[in-house]
Amino acid sequence: MNIVYLDNNATTRVDPAVLETMLPYLDEWYGNPSSMHSFGGEVGRKIAAAREQTAQLLGADPEEIIFTGCGTESDSTAIWSALRSEPDKKHIVTSRVEHPAVKNLFEYLGKNGYRVTFVPVDGQGRLDLDFLSDSLGDDTALVSLMWANNETGVIFPFPEIVERVKEKGILLHSDAIQAAGKIPLNMSRDRVDMLSISGHKIHAPKGIGALYVRKGTRFSPFLIGGHQEGGRRGGTENTASIIGFGKACELAAARLESKDQDIAGFRDRLEQGLIAGVPRILINGDTENRLPNTSSISFEYIEGESILLMLDKHGICASSGSACTSGSLEPSHVLRAMGIPYTAAHGSIRFSLSHLSTREEIDFVLEKVPPVIKRLRSMSPFWAEHVSTCQSA
Amino acid sequence: MWDYTDKVKEHFLEPRNVGVVEEADGLGEVGSLACGDALKLSFKLDADKRIKEAKFQTFGCASAIASSSALTEMVKGLTLEEAEKITNEDIADFLGGLPKEKMHCSVMGRDALERAIQSYRGEAPRDVDGLIVCECFGVTDKQIEREVREHQLQSMEEVTAYVKAGGGCGNCLDQVQEIMDRVRQEEGWAPPARKPRLTNIQKIKLIQETLQREVSPMLQKDGGNIELVDVEGDQVLVRLKGACSSCMKSESTLRDFVRNKLRELVAPELEVREV
Repeated sequence: MNIVYLDNNATTRVDPAVLETMLPYLDEWYGNPSSMHSFGGEVGRKIAAAREQTAQLLGADPEEIIFTGCGTESDSTAIWSALRSEPDKKHIVTSRVEHPAVKNLFEYLGKNGYRVTFVPVDGQGRLDLDFLSDSLGDDTALVSLMWANNETGVIFPFPEIVERVKEKGILLHSDAIQAAGKIPLNMSRDRVDMLSISGHKIHAPKGIGALYVRKGTRFSPFLIGGHQEGGRRGGTENTASIIGFGKACELAAARLESKDQDIAGFRDRLEQGLIAGVPRILINGDTENRLPNTSSISFEYIEGESILLMLDKHGICASSGSACTSGSLEPSHVLRAMGIPYTAAHGSIRFSLSHLSTREEIDFVLEKVPPVIKRLRSMSPFWAEHVSTCQSA
Repeated sequence: MWDYTDKVKEHFLEPRNVGVVEEADGLGEVGSLACGDALKLSFKLDADKRIKEAKFQTFGCASAIASSSALTEMVKGLTLEEAEKITNEDIADFLGGLPKEKMHCSVMGRDALERAIQSYRGEAPRDVDGLIVCECFGVTDKQIEREVREHQLQSMEEVTAYVKAGGGCGNCLDQVQEIMDRVRQEEGWAPPARKPRLTNIQKIKLIQETLQREVSPMLQKDGGNIELVDVEGDQVLVRLKGACSSCMKSESTLRDFVRNKLRELVAPELEVREV
């Protein structure tokens, strides 16, 4: 069976060019970049090149890049470092729609001596900027806000966020793990202090991430150990993955430049096709400010896990914000924060595309989804009720 | 991805008996859109008062649909007396088992069957006289008590897996715990494994640490603080300082917050008193 992979916000396929770049460093070039001999030194030079490639994607300086083990490590590093550099301040600010990598750490901190403000969003997932401004005070150590949402793709307005947070001199971190490589980021323009990115969301392997730390930002390491990464992250480098990550950043930057591929066009084709073919569906999130690859769609009166498993029969991979998929009993915190009604939240599906997505795949999905929805609705007592209400009205 | 058995997948992908029986003798509806799953079960009896036909409509995940489908197959040909003996475990067993977190799907099946039989007999549904404990999922004390008793549930996780109670905001956790404790005493079950008993010195030290680490920072935020005065048996005597001492809410602050922290982290039988 062919796999139609529309779950690229979960993870992506390693680009063949990335894999090719990496293989020698898993094979004959196994040296340690810290070694004195030129055999290891050669690996060190490749890592320096990867740091340059990564910096370029972000419009940053190479020495502002620290390689980490994953996006979550980047987030944790940034947040703990900020708290250590402001030991007397006990207030921290984030949004209600963050990824668990930030959300759960903030909740933990909230139980351990910190006062936490979770800034709300509106029905389209847009940040309440005035609430953000009002929450900032002399005691605020850190603001951490995601660049773009992993479930809905909604992009937060960073120029304005930077202005409001930096005018008060407060440290600003952003989890840009979904945004990097999908929309242009430029650290010389968007003056956040720290920014997290992850390799496997941009066609590099899993297990590699990076943290951007603006020059002059006080920093304290998360992993204390050797002198690697300029003493900012101990531990022998994941050489092949760093080199692959660098290549993936270079390719992503080139794709952002070229605009050959109209990912947003495919995404819109998918949404328009579904709207035309399926009654009672909703597109979740601010469609004006959204990642080009992400679509969160709610199918009313049916449940997300059932939809996913039926799509799985056709080889279609997507994900859901429904309760049943997560093992919890409540639908995703993102959709609840947006106030999406339960009728829709339980039946939400996220399709996330990449440059590898094809028109044929979109058309295949458009062919397979409507019968699945129809079939599940034919089993749903609420759909039956809805239909009879409509008929009698 | 959930580890569903082949039988669950089969009943999900090719469900039996979808729909509503025409001129049904019994009709049972449970669940709601807000809860994330719901089941409408209807049946018709033959001349011998055996279930001739049963159909379902389900809103929910794969295991909810599979449990409903399985149920309609299981009840066919049974008398109502036989059908009402079907337990949620029977439904799960019929499907070759369900993931632990999905047991509530089989409970929903059994509940709908009960309601349907009650509707045929003209009886009031059994659960409505209970009081809502879990507001997120509309679960009553009677429902919780029943599952706790039938399945010897001794942890919050198990209760949530069976009836969903406590799976949302968490406001009802204390009440659910009380129900579990009461049933355990009534049934004479051995208490669940506890932390080893503390010596008095260990207990006082742990209380002191917990107050300093978990409680003080929270009270300090509001300009108050707490001081440990003495420990007499299970009575923890404390003094509130600063803004807390004059606060109208201090009593409830103490009772809910401090007591819960100490019970969670030190010993479940502790009481807190202000001096």
